[in-house]
Amino acid sequence: MNRLYGGAEARYNEIFIEKALFVSAALFIIIIAIITLFIFSKGLPVFLKVGWADFLFNTDWRPTKGIFGIGAMVVGSLAVTLSAMIWSVPLGLATAVFMAEIAPRHIGQLLGSLVELLAGIPSVVYGFVGLLVVVPFIREHMGGNGMSVLAGAIVLGIMILPTVVNISRDAIQAVPREYTEGSLALGASHYQTIAKVIIPAARSGIITAVVLGMGRAIGETMAVVMVTGNSSIVPASILAPVRTMTSNIVLEMGYASGDHQAALFSTGMVLFIFIVVLNLIVNRVAKAGDINGKK
Amino acid sequence: MTSMARNRWQDRIITAAFWSAGIIIVAILAGIIGYVAFKGISSISLDFILEPPRRAGRAGGISTTIVSTVYLTALSLLLAVPVGVGSSIYLQEYTPNHSKFARLVNLTAETLSGIPSIVFGLFGFVFFVIFLDLGWSILSGSLTLAIMILPTITRTAQEAILAVAQEYRENSLALGATRWQTVSRVILPAAMPGIVTGIILSIGRAVGETAAIILTAGSSLGMPLAPTDPARTMSVHLYIMAMEGISTERAFGTALLLVILIIIINFLANLSLKRFSQAVR
Amino acid sequence: MDAQLKMRSENLNVFYQDYQALHGINMNIEANRVTALIGPSGCGKSTFLRTLNRLNDLLEGTTIGGQVYLDEIPIYDKDVDVVGLRKRVGMVFQKPSVFPMSVYENVAYGPRIHGVKNRSQLDEIVEKSLRAANLWDEMGSRLNSPAARMSGGQQQRLVIARVLAVDPEVILMDEPASALDPISTAKLEELIAELKNNYTIVIVTHNMQQAARVSDYTGFFLNGSLIEFNRTRELFVNPVNKKTEDYITGRFG
Repeated sequence: MNRLYGGAEARYNEIFIEKALFVSAALFIIIIAIITLFIFSKGLPVFLKVGWADFLFNTDWRPTKGIFGIGAMVVGSLAVTLSAMIWSVPLGLATAVFMAEIAPRHIGQLLGSLVELLAGIPSVVYGFVGLLVVVPFIREHMGGNGMSVLAGAIVLGIMILPTVVNISRDAIQAVPREYTEGSLALGASHYQTIAKVIIPAARSGIITAVVLGMGRAIGETMAVVMVTGNSSIVPASILAPVRTMTSNIVLEMGYASGDHQAALFSTGMVLFIFIVVLNLIVNRVAKAGDINGKK
Repeated sequence: MTSMARNRWQDRIITAAFWSAGIIIVAILAGIIGYVAFKGISSISLDFILEPPRRAGRAGGISTTIVSTVYLTALSLLLAVPVGVGSSIYLQEYTPNHSKFARLVNLTAETLSGIPSIVFGLFGFVFFVIFLDLGWSILSGSLTLAIMILPTITRTAQEAILAVAQEYRENSLALGATRWQTVSRVILPAAMPGIVTGIILSIGRAVGETAAIILTAGSSLGMPLAPTDPARTMSVHLYIMAMEGISTERAFGTALLLVILIIIINFLANLSLKRFSQAVR
Repeated sequence: MDAQLKMRSENLNVFYQDYQALHGINMNIEANRVTALIGPSGCGKSTFLRTLNRLNDLLEGTTIGGQVYLDEIPIYDKDVDVVGLRKRVGMVFQKPSVFPMSVYENVAYGPRIHGVKNRSQLDEIVEKSLRAANLWDEMGSRLNSPAARMSGGQQQRLVIARVLAVDPEVILMDEPASALDPISTAKLEELIAELKNNYTIVIVTHNMQQAARVSDYTGFFLNGSLIEFNRTRELFVNPVNKKTEDYITGRFG
């Protein structure tokens, strides 16, 4: 029974399986290459024809006349995103601190499940509720049409809460116990410890949470398009209607053709580049944070 | 000592502030779900679920959209799960730990997970609908959706496989098992609960996805039969009804069904997660 | 010609990247005997054990110099089927790691992966292995219960049964009793004494009394080198090397 040599038949089976598994892993790389290729091939021509500065900063969007300036939409995206973050980030951070440091165990877990649920609700449902509740409220109590930057900020803020809460909470929970215990042992109160030791230690994770939240906000389409009124001019105030880059695409893809359609792809391309760069930066920051914050 | 008393007072305010944060979150969630439930419950009936939409959604039920949603989700899972699980097996079991290939694949998976759905919609449109000439169809939609849920599936599968004790591998290989035998007979079964959790989470994402579906599966209200048929999912239906002011009651009914679906999916995912933590002792 | 050499190493060197874990080990392992490997932590005895079934192939960056022979066949040859090798040279680890399956499935795992499909054949093998591992009396009627529910000592014997089920010729044991209580340890040592009639056993242990009780030959390792190798009696009563004597008398751990 000299079975030290041979066994080749089993070998072929193994090799085939290994190759098949390799292909499924390599597929990720292939997919992202194809996505990049097609988005750019459709989006680059008009982008270059109009000129990058003109495309990005010109606030004149008149596709029927061949004028493609998404400046108003860029401002729109930024306005809605930043207004959303102004209220959502502090609330999200406070909730994260609450869940990680203050709430009793089971309440923290319960809250965690609720946040998960919040994260799972489809964006169209948020948009729908925003349309029927937030928009009329603004119209009656604050003026304007109701469909506004403010409406978008409220709805979007709710949608990015789970991202901010979850990642911040993970960062806070990752702070080594020794830091907390050391501070308390010196006579600091729990809150002083949170403010002066824990939050600074979790800094890079919290920044990651905020940046990822921003990425999500900028990329959000459905909820925003349903409550912001979609006028393609720069919003004059927070109560004015606005159109974001994402809304622009979903509204006009249905009937755009030729250069018009290509311009929408260019918008998508700009979003794509922005998000990819954002994610790469976040990756760097997260890694640097790991090296500094953990042993 | 007055400073101690003041401190206690300050402390109480801060505590109250933090508790309010938690309460606000609960209020928001309860508000949204409560509102949708309250307004939508009257629309939900057996007819609503079983009858197709008539007059562009002004009358009838939403049966075709329910079927479309299930069809689309099922097909994208069929496409994404083998690739997602297969790649995590490869990365965890067949390559050394921090190989360049593994890092590259993980980086691309992370990048994919950050791309906005509308960009996926654009890609799906230009690649599947136009370039591969699949037209607006369940197929185009599923392929696009499959790409979107791949990162989640592969990430959770990798974590699940990683958590399976190293000893099982050693023992199995020491008995003369091949790598694939070890993976298929010991590691995968042990990692299954974690993998299933990831799949359930992806179902949630697929059900709620709208932007990418509109641009790839179309918005036809017919009952889809072949994968080459166009389809309108529940999310897309809700969007169109809301934007064009068609039948608020039916919109609420659709919204409520979506929310109930998500709650069930979340519940199942939590159950599955608990089974996973038990298995990994 | 005296007793056959089942395995032997010839000038065996092992490197983990740049670190040399074993220096030129020459050791003979006699058939149907128990050979014990002793020495302080980190001395290389486990590393050596793992060269015998090529388990160190799993660690990246490991390079081997020299050769190991099984029945005079070099096992570090290019064409050697490692899977077949591990069928003939089985291993029991320190932590009794039973698969998350039933008792029956654990034992049947080995034969199954080597192609045995017939149910009655498997039944036979399972019973034979459990008997040989002294587990049949306790678990014979509970073959379908989950293996994880067994006690530590029982699990370790199950692991041995699992190894026996593939019908090896050599059984390697890496500190098999260090996670067990004294009674289970005693049972395990009894088992080893029985097993050597049919198998060749190499056991790594940090417990010198155990080595003295259980083995026929003992090798003392220190800092990656084989300092002394002799019949157990000789090594413990008349150690040749001063370092061996120091270790045995407890001058260092």
